[in-house]
Amino acid sequence: MRHLLRRILFYLFAAWAAITLNFVIPRLAPGDPAAVLLGNLQSRGIHVGAAYLKAIQAELGYNTGDPLPIQYLDYLNSLLHGNLGVAVTSSFEPVTNVIGRDIFWSLGLGLVSVILSFALGCLLGIVMAWKRGSLLDTILSPLLNFLSAIPYFWMALLILYIFGFELRWFPLTGGYDELNVDPGWTLDFIASVIYHGILPALTIVIASVAGWMLTMRNSMITTLSEDYVLMAKAKGLRTSRIMFAYAARNAILPNVAGFAISLGFIVGGQLLTEMVFSYPGIGYSLLQAVQNQDYSLMQGIFLVVALGVLGANFLAELSYAFLDPRVRLERSA
Amino acid sequence: MSLGKDLKHVATLEPETIPSTFPKKFPRRDSRLARLGENLRLVWRVLTSNRKVAIGSSIVAFFLLVAIFGPLLAPYDPTATSRLSETPPSAAHWLGTTATGQDIFSQLLYGTRSSVFWGFLTGLLVTLVSVVVGLVSGYFGGIIDEILSLVTNVFLVIPALPLAIVAVGYFPKGPLTIALVIILTNWSFNARLLRAQTLSMRSREFVTAARASGESAWRIIFFEIFPNEIGIVAAAFVSTVIFVLLAWTALEFLGLGDINTVSWGSMLYWAQQSDSIFSGLWWWFAPPGCCIALLGAALALINFGIDEIADPRLRSEISEHVPKELKEKAVT
Repeated sequence: MRHLLRRILFYLFAAWAAITLNFVIPRLAPGDPAAVLLGNLQSRGIHVGAAYLKAIQAELGYNTGDPLPIQYLDYLNSLLHGNLGVAVTSSFEPVTNVIGRDIFWSLGLGLVSVILSFALGCLLGIVMAWKRGSLLDTILSPLLNFLSAIPYFWMALLILYIFGFELRWFPLTGGYDELNVDPGWTLDFIASVIYHGILPALTIVIASVAGWMLTMRNSMITTLSEDYVLMAKAKGLRTSRIMFAYAARNAILPNVAGFAISLGFIVGGQLLTEMVFSYPGIGYSLLQAVQNQDYSLMQGIFLVVALGVLGANFLAELSYAFLDPRVRLERSA
Repeated sequence: MSLGKDLKHVATLEPETIPSTFPKKFPRRDSRLARLGENLRLVWRVLTSNRKVAIGSSIVAFFLLVAIFGPLLAPYDPTATSRLSETPPSAAHWLGTTATGQDIFSQLLYGTRSSVFWGFLTGLLVTLVSVVVGLVSGYFGGIIDEILSLVTNVFLVIPALPLAIVAVGYFPKGPLTIALVIILTNWSFNARLLRAQTLSMRSREFVTAARASGESAWRIIFFEIFPNEIGIVAAAFVSTVIFVLLAWTALEFLGLGDINTVSWGSMLYWAQQSDSIFSGLWWWFAPPGCCIALLGAALALINFGIDEIADPRLRSEISEHVPKELKEKAVT
């Protein structure tokens, strides 16, 4: 119980740190983001007056004349009210609306890809450790090692080029067929979403599967040399039973423990993947925010992604404590 | 991610430390030199004894040579435009040309210098920060450790790339900004690793002896403990460079770097801006990515090799823990 409390406190602190970083970074920066924003608007032929500049500055939280602590409290207050500012790139729509619209696409894509790559990676790792030195192991090991060093966005470019442009098997952009299908719970729409999601999901799975697999393989090899596995073999148990119920069950723990660090990396990769595929998730909005210096949107997306990853990590840790009783006992002692 | 997860095994590589009964009057410098020599011999043995390490370090050496001498060999000015736009690879332009007729092979040679230089330099700085935080936190313990560990763990769980994008977006574009932001977002993993390592080392006899002989804490940390962790630090540096390269190219790809300098990331930025995919210009976006992947894989290979040396169980031969007859019996 004490362990759980400690972890809850830690994640609350981490969330506070993310929120505060989000406040501090813009204020450390030289220059005036509001002026940049204004210049950007003017270059696009949108003219705004001095009054509007003041509004934007207040909106971004600068030059309001208040001392920093007051600005900080204002910031926290508007966060509590779910106010993240307005997105310039999306015709001054509230940032929360933009994110609220995109988040389902990102969550859907991310959940499916992470689950697929985790399951596939663990399974491959188990088989490779079991058949160590076999053809599968000697070919897959270096190949996946190579794949894990490839930048996500470049993998996305390559997959888009081969399967989208050259072979024309899959659509080049978007999350569904906007011309022919209306959003809704219809079979056509769902099919279209799946069809458009295959390439982005494939990218994330290929780019992230190596990490799970290599950890699983190494940890499985260590577990396979344990005495209790030898005992299981001596008893003449079925191979599948020894593999999954005896060895893999314990060998999977490092992968669950490493989930936290991997997830942050995969989410970053997913944002880049969405950008390349023009997938309507928050990654694509982030790209537009970056290109148009839309600071409010940029910060809003960072905040949502950071808090989301923290939440997922917390769940992963809970499941780890559930899977490995030693953690609970050790840390609360 | 998991590339450096098993680095803790590297600790077993460390040379034997000086026993606590070591006479105090004995010239200390000699012992340190001897230790350094032993470390260097160890490095050479590691480089040559394992196939993975040998292949990986050859590729890395190749890229370092290209980074140094490549621009001298470049047939064209990498930024000079010409009317020969979008030509596929040919004898005159080995890797074809861009939409504005720039020679991609020359760009790649120049880009290697920029990307490799900044990748290794930033990797070194990131490692430096992790070493300082990890060793100080692990050695001192107590409240210092509590605070440093908390900060480390927080940076570990906050997603690095989104934070880097936000931070870079606000500051003047350029390599310095990217380097600083990458240091900010990438130091935590190895700091935690080294903290754990130092924690296990600070109660060793040679540290106790140094403390008893009145050496200052900084001396103990950086001259007694650090040399014993050099293996793990080297491995941490190698995996850090991979992450730095990936992060660096990602930020440049988004146009957050200096888009007017030639580097792997900025090449990919311009390729993407010109919709090279939808014009079928594969020779534009493929080469820089191949270089990143190849260099990254070579670095990863080095680390896997080191893991295998440190933990023989990971080698790809069949394990000898189970007698063969028994194994066959169990399987059938």
